[in-house]
Amino acid sequence: MAEYMLETKNLGISFGGLKAVQELNLKIKKKELYGLVGPNGAGKTTVFNIITGVYKPTTGTFLLDGEELKGKKEEVINHKGIARTFQNIRLFNNMSVIRNVMVGLHNQPEFRCDPFTSMFRLPKHFSSEKEMREKAKEILRIFNLEEERNNLACNLPYGKQRKLEIARALATNPKLLLLDEPAAGMNPSETQELMDTIRFVRDEFDMTILLIEHDMKLVSGICEEVTVLNFGQELAQGKTSDVLNNPEVIKAYLGD
Amino acid sequence: MAKSKIKSNFKIKNHLNYILIGVVLVITFIMNSIGELGRLDRSTLVRISFSIILAVSLNLVVGFLGELSLGHAGFMCVGAYLGGYFVNVFSGFIDSPLLVYVISIMIGGLISAFFGLVIGIPALRLKGDYLAIATLAFGEIVRNIFKNIKFFGASQGLETKIYPEKEFFIITLITVIVVLILCQNLIRSKHGRAVTAIRDNEIAAKSMGINVTFYKLFIFIIAAFFAGVAGVIYAQCIGQVKQESFSYNYSIEILVMVVLGGMGSINGSIIAATIITYLNILLQNELSGPLASVKLVVYAIILIFAILFNNAPAFNNLKNKLSLKGNRKKSKEKDDEAEWNRIDTKIKMDEMLSYDLPNDDDVNSYSNSKEDN
Ligand SMILES: Nc1ncnc2c1ncn2[C@@H]1O[C@H](COP(=O)(O)OP(=O)(O)O)[C@@H](O)[C@H]1O
Ligand SMILES: [Mg+2]
Repeated sequence: MAEYMLETKNLGISFGGLKAVQELNLKIKKKELYGLVGPNGAGKTTVFNIITGVYKPTTGTFLLDGEELKGKKEEVINHKGIARTFQNIRLFNNMSVIRNVMVGLHNQPEFRCDPFTSMFRLPKHFSSEKEMREKAKEILRIFNLEEERNNLACNLPYGKQRKLEIARALATNPKLLLLDEPAAGMNPSETQELMDTIRFVRDEFDMTILLIEHDMKLVSGICEEVTVLNFGQELAQGKTSDVLNNPEVIKAYLGD
Repeated sequence: MAKSKIKSNFKIKNHLNYILIGVVLVITFIMNSIGELGRLDRSTLVRISFSIILAVSLNLVVGFLGELSLGHAGFMCVGAYLGGYFVNVFSGFIDSPLLVYVISIMIGGLISAFFGLVIGIPALRLKGDYLAIATLAFGEIVRNIFKNIKFFGASQGLETKIYPEKEFFIITLITVIVVLILCQNLIRSKHGRAVTAIRDNEIAAKSMGINVTFYKLFIFIIAAFFAGVAGVIYAQCIGQVKQESFSYNYSIEILVMVVLGGMGSINGSIIAATIITYLNILLQNELSGPLASVKLVVYAIILIFAILFNNAPAFNNLKNKLSLKGNRKKSKEKDDEAEWNRIDTKIKMDEMLSYDLPNDDDVNSYSNSKEDN
């Protein structure tokens, strides 16, 4: 068992001449709620894209629970245990809420059912479909979305769409959950509810969570540790309260 | 109490397809057995049958998966030549026509599916229109290869042994039904859901661990298999397989059936395939010689309008008026650089999927009763 759930070593990427992320060394302990903050364009989302296999890093590598995942395909990285949400919500808009979650459950071993079993409607198809539904409902209940399960995802209000994205990511049974600005566009009461949900998920599922957030209140409210990025570089790292009082960090934010 | 529960679970709408198919089948069988159907009628119905298989299987790729394939006739060609060949071979030592026919259909389909695998692996990995170009080339290459193989009769075409036409007719009808049910089952399953997810938002689907390459390839191969099956039926129907029949123009004809019937709509494909095939047979004599190209002009016009209708913003108002579902689509103000929804068909997949699973409570009792059996 590795000491850290996620460890990045000298992680960096450049797009043409632009060094979007440089020499990033994250060390996220198990069951930790970790924040990644920084002004717009600092490279936070790019870090997520590297860790989930959307981009290949140009330097360095990263390890999940001690296993090196650099160079693996997106779906393989998900199977290994990293799930994410997106800054611009990416739900399956033409599917109902519950089916969005069921797509997340697709690869869980207990619901395995090969295409021919489905085509010939063998008994396994019906039983796995039914169990998947039950499981999906269970997950939706955590996020208070059970009532809306038969609505189309695109017809949900914004705050609920964000929650559904987290629910869907959780359905893939990850070890590490990446949340990209989960509170963006939410009102204060929705944000408060979201904070409670995130804490609940961490405690209930022993989840390690890395979240990107703009809202400093949210970060200082729930993150135990943070890393601050500025122009792709690590500006500060450590306990949330210490880091957020760091004059350099304050300057980076005010100067933005 | 129990009675009302059964009533609420059984919705005619959900089973309309099967009921209609059953009615059509029974009527056809009765007419066939009392001698109301002539040889020509049966031939017409067989041609409609393989057209339906072609249209529905192409719809899996174009409408359901959202990839453009222009070589469906090529896969049919493979099935027709090899199926025809194996009918000739097996009839030498197998007595039962039924057995010969079923084995040939399977072999024709499998070999065609193998070609689907070979074309699909490189072409589906690439983004954009590579698949369209690769399949287009495949279709033309395949028929030219058969044209030059002496073994398959070269430019003369391949003569195939024809079985008693009445039995062949019945077997064909059953084959169509089986193909339709298999396609429907595939769409309404977790795998159908995965494919819908890929089309809805490929990036999100990948992040959910959906193996996009596998599903694209799988649907493509299944479609190739069914096209091969249609080819075997065609060979039996015509009795002589000639490569000219499988030209690019025929692929376009199948595509027109799919587009007219509605992308992603199996029922639409069935209806469009029936109408177009029937019109073709009716106009066979009128539209011979140079006039035959009129058909192609009409097809081109249909495709252009369908593409415009689906993609041009000018039609959005009209579309919203035409369909009540227009308002289901919330306008997306997200400036998402990679907006994936290329085809605006926005297939009513969720509706289609939901026939099977109207709401959870129905589903539970449904699968419960299944398990009890
Ligand atoms: N695919 C890409 N190609 C080129 N530049 C990119 C790409 N993705 C991100 N960038 C650049 O990297 C920088 C960091 O972006 P991003 O990670 O989205 O910032 P944020 O911290 O706001 O999430 C930006 O300057 C952006 O323009
Ligand atoms: Mg960002």
